Amino acid sequence: MKALRHFLFSPAAVLGLLLLIGIVGLAIFADLLYPRDPLALAGRPLQWPSLGGRFLLGTDASGRDIAAQIAHGARTTLLMGMVSTLIAIAIGIVVGALAGFYGGMTDDALMRMTEAFQTLPNFILLLVLVVVVGSNMTAVTIAIGAVSWPAVARLTRAEFLTLRNREFVQACRTLGLTNRWIIFREVLPNALAPIIVYGSVVMATAILLESALAFLDLSDPNIASWGNLIGQGRKVLRSEWYVSAIPGVAILLTILSVSLVGQGLNDALNPRLRGR
Amino acid sequence: MSSIPTLLILLAGLFVLLQFAPGDTVDALMAQMGGGDPATAAELRRFYGLEGSAAVRLLDYLWRLVRLDLGFSAIYNKPVATVILERLPATLLLMFSALSFAFFAGMLLGIVSAQRVNGWADTLISLLGLVFYATPSFWLGLMSIVVFSIWLAWLPPGGFQEIGAGLTGIWLVLDIARHLVQPTITLSLIFLAIYLRIMRASMLEVSTLDFVRTARAKGLRQGEIIRRHVLRNALLPMITLIGLQAGTMLGGSVVIESVFSLPGIGRLAYESVVQRDLNTLLGIVFVSAIMVICVNFVVDLIYARLDPRITAGAS
Amino acid sequence: MTPLVRIEDLSIALPGGADRPYAVEKLSLTLAPGEIVCVVGESGSGKSMTASALMGLLPTSLPVRGGRIMLGERNILGLSEDELRAIRGPEIGMIFQEPMTALNPLRTAGDQIAEMFRAHTKLSKQEIGARALKLLDEVGIPEPASAYRAYPHELSGGQRQRVMIAMALALEPKILIADEPTTALDVTIQAQILTLIRDIQRRTGMAVLFITHDFGVVAEIADRVMVMQHGRVVESGTVGDVLNDPKADYTRALIAAVPSITPPPPRVLPNKTIATVRDLSKTYRTGGGWFGRQRRVTYAVKAVDIDLPSRATLGIVGESGSGKSTLARCIVRLLDPDHGTIELDGVDFGKLGGETLRRHRHLVQMVFQDPYASLNPRRTAGDLVSQGLVARGVKQDKALARAKELFTLVGLDPSATDRLPHQFSGGQRQRIGLARALALEPKILVADEAVSALDVSVQAQVLQLLVELRDRLSLSMIFITHDLRVAAQICDRIAIMQRGEVVEHGVTAEIFAAPKHPYTQKLLSAVPGRVNAVEMSR
Repeated sequence: MKALRHFLFSPAAVLGLLLLIGIVGLAIFADLLYPRDPLALAGRPLQWPSLGGRFLLGTDASGRDIAAQIAHGARTTLLMGMVSTLIAIAIGIVVGALAGFYGGMTDDALMRMTEAFQTLPNFILLLVLVVVVGSNMTAVTIAIGAVSWPAVARLTRAEFLTLRNREFVQACRTLGLTNRWIIFREVLPNALAPIIVYGSVVMATAILLESALAFLDLSDPNIASWGNLIGQGRKVLRSEWYVSAIPGVAILLTILSVSLVGQGLNDALNPRLRGR
Repeated sequence: MSSIPTLLILLAGLFVLLQFAPGDTVDALMAQMGGGDPATAAELRRFYGLEGSAAVRLLDYLWRLVRLDLGFSAIYNKPVATVILERLPATLLLMFSALSFAFFAGMLLGIVSAQRVNGWADTLISLLGLVFYATPSFWLGLMSIVVFSIWLAWLPPGGFQEIGAGLTGIWLVLDIARHLVQPTITLSLIFLAIYLRIMRASMLEVSTLDFVRTARAKGLRQGEIIRRHVLRNALLPMITLIGLQAGTMLGGSVVIESVFSLPGIGRLAYESVVQRDLNTLLGIVFVSAIMVICVNFVVDLIYARLDPRITAGAS
Repeated sequence: MTPLVRIEDLSIALPGGADRPYAVEKLSLTLAPGEIVCVVGESGSGKSMTASALMGLLPTSLPVRGGRIMLGERNILGLSEDELRAIRGPEIGMIFQEPMTALNPLRTAGDQIAEMFRAHTKLSKQEIGARALKLLDEVGIPEPASAYRAYPHELSGGQRQRVMIAMALALEPKILIADEPTTALDVTIQAQILTLIRDIQRRTGMAVLFITHDFGVVAEIADRVMVMQHGRVVESGTVGDVLNDPKADYTRALIAAVPSITPPPPRVLPNKTIATVRDLSKTYRTGGGWFGRQRRVTYAVKAVDIDLPSRATLGIVGESGSGKSTLARCIVRLLDPDHGTIELDGVDFGKLGGETLRRHRHLVQMVFQDPYASLNPRRTAGDLVSQGLVARGVKQDKALARAKELFTLVGLDPSATDRLPHQFSGGQRQRIGLARALALEPKILVADEAVSALDVSVQAQVLQLLVELRDRLSLSMIFITHDLRVAAQICDRIAIMQRGEVVEHGVTAEIFAAPKHPYTQKLLSAVPGRVNAVEMSR
């Protein structure tokens, strides 16, 4: 695999990958590291972080262990980010593929819809959805997926539009292959690389959306979440600023790792950079 | 412009969706009043036009939208249009300043980066771009408040202007500007990162095109080649991006306005979610969509001016 | 006369991992005032590198490893960037292959010519405007004043190349480098541009270094010729010597591969027609959509009648925009015609739709132009050839076995079926495309510019193969081409298309001997090298 070798030769991509693996590890082993409920009272409130102390990252205003919330929050963030990204990519591919492959009226109708979705600011649309479907974790994940697909649809459509007119696709049509065969076995595999790369952007945005929602106290209140912790820390920002600062760094590192991996993938998969 | 009919359909969809929302304005009001009997609730519902079948209310709603009547806000006890208009200036100002800052700073950094591709300046700028891109704006806002408002006490921690200071003229302008520095920068950094990345890529892409080779064969200086041949072509994708990002930026202002207690429509959106003021929320959706459409219209005009191959109006 | 330019032992390295160490190796060349020197070679021969090196425009990935390029007393390879800038434009002008992409799309033609003066002279604005206008007039652009204000996309291909020439000649350089300046142009436009370059060269006495792959063009314009292969000069001399009496085997092979413009005597064909097209029209609508903006309707193909005799080759010849490719795509039903009938082997092919159409698609198959774009890069060659059979219900292993037979048939190694397309050369890829088309055992084969993207020597082999297979498999063929030489050699009958209509059709030999329609006459007289050395050498 030339692409894999290319990826592993880029220090930035490898750094991002290691970071991501670390965060995924934290999410997986959260229960082992911090078996207690991260949202339960753990000790005296507002203890500063200390290396030797009982609480590595201190406690928040309600006396909850920040380190435990970070570990369990990693799980929330990654799971929500991944699932909503998958939802967005699935919707985006279907809409974009249909529009790009069939063109004409189908394209017109689907693209008008996509445009309209892009015209509504995604965070405000998300607020409306949260009002309607409520703020449990499943609902929020689906809502984030439902507001993130338009860009994927546009990208997929653009890929399909150029591929549809490529001679190898036309050759398949003269051979009498079915549209389903052509879409899934000829066009989609060739369009997939940029869409997968774009997935990292969608995931980064999804994580930001979720944390912003949790920051505003509009996400699931029963689950440990980085955004929510930042919001809690706001009340004690003047003196105990670490309560907000620590989860923010966690979000930053997560998005950084996702973007680095995405960029590495892009460089590795983008044939234009590697030449023919 | 052609997206307006679709937009109306979408708004109708949202309206129907909101009918399924648990709890309405009256529930919120009753909760505020500390509870009450069902008769009062029914009375209030009649008063705010919340009774009747969903279909009737949908038609009523659409008809009102066409007349630009956004309904009545029970929470603020004013027409929704008035509530939104009061909050619009702060948001418009924030959007304009953040967009300008992100665009021009991103463009400049992108140009510098592309000029010194793979040099230390390029690496540094790209690294900064990555970090900006990965930083949640609301968190950055909080940290900025800690540093610049609490520790250094250089900038006000929030608000749109000094309340009760009675400033006028240039002093009022300066005061508002001072209040907008932190919100503008925190809101724009993520967009700055995007613009910088696109500008850099676009410059590098255009530099490989045939007409740049022609320009070199004409014996032009490097500066002239960049200024006269690369720059304008490289700006085209940036212009497109403004239109695509307008909605996202407006969404971002919801959190930023909440962090810095700015009286804009972003914060209004948040408040109306908390207070279940669905009329106001729908009004905001409508107004923000109109704003995005306006931005896109201007973007199309600019694009058509920059690119002779496109005639204005045709997308 | 003392030469203006002396290139001595120039060597340019290729980056590591290439198939040879040098792009150009030990190349020597002189260019004297008043002469046109053609550098000829197939793709990858290093001819364009030589031109770039002369301008000091080589990319940094291709460093010069030895030799000198003397411009008068100065060695171009040793000059600073500032000194080079003073040479580019005032002393050496250059024009390129693609006039569309070689001009900045966002600035007017006049502005881009005027820039030459602004960069190198201190003339006033009015003076510059007047000079640029005069130049546009000199290169024969109709209405120079409106062309001055026009953006590149508003000009035709030929006009854009004239703008490029005006720009290159603005400061009256002593040397003009022309890098395949007519390759992207239609044959009639090519003839005009060649005439223009020769006229200007005669008038000003400048020296021209002309890069081309086309021996017809060489015969048309060159005083001296240099033939390159794999970065080395294999032969050089006066145009008469090289074309009439080539010394090197490679030159001989190249010249022999150029098809003759004189068709062979007509073959006797069975009196049976396998394909009939009647009154076929295809229009394109631009604009429109749901919320109807202004619609424009243009005819790509207009009321075309065609008859394809069984086992014959019908050539459809035309320039770009003539509708020949649209016609081909209508016949194989990649496009739906708006009007007219297509009858193939007794089947009313034009009326079929959906499932019935898919079942009848094996009747007619197509070979495409681009050897790179026409094969899915992710599928093995065997897959590509066998997938049509698999779709028709043939078992995977049987289909693959058939693919191997087809590989042998088109002259490929049958053990290569598990390779991916990028592991084949351009000519081999075209053979894979041919095998794919033949897999369904079609009655009719449509070849859409199937050899245009290939080098002459490879082109000759593929043409040979097409003719062989046609006769062996009793195929009938529709051959779309812009190249009259190819049409002359391969087609029994031809139809000449212009602006969507067939203006003349008949037996090839008769049309070439006595073209009736003025457009056909113009087209035939524009073929480069028609009456010059290439023909005489036969």
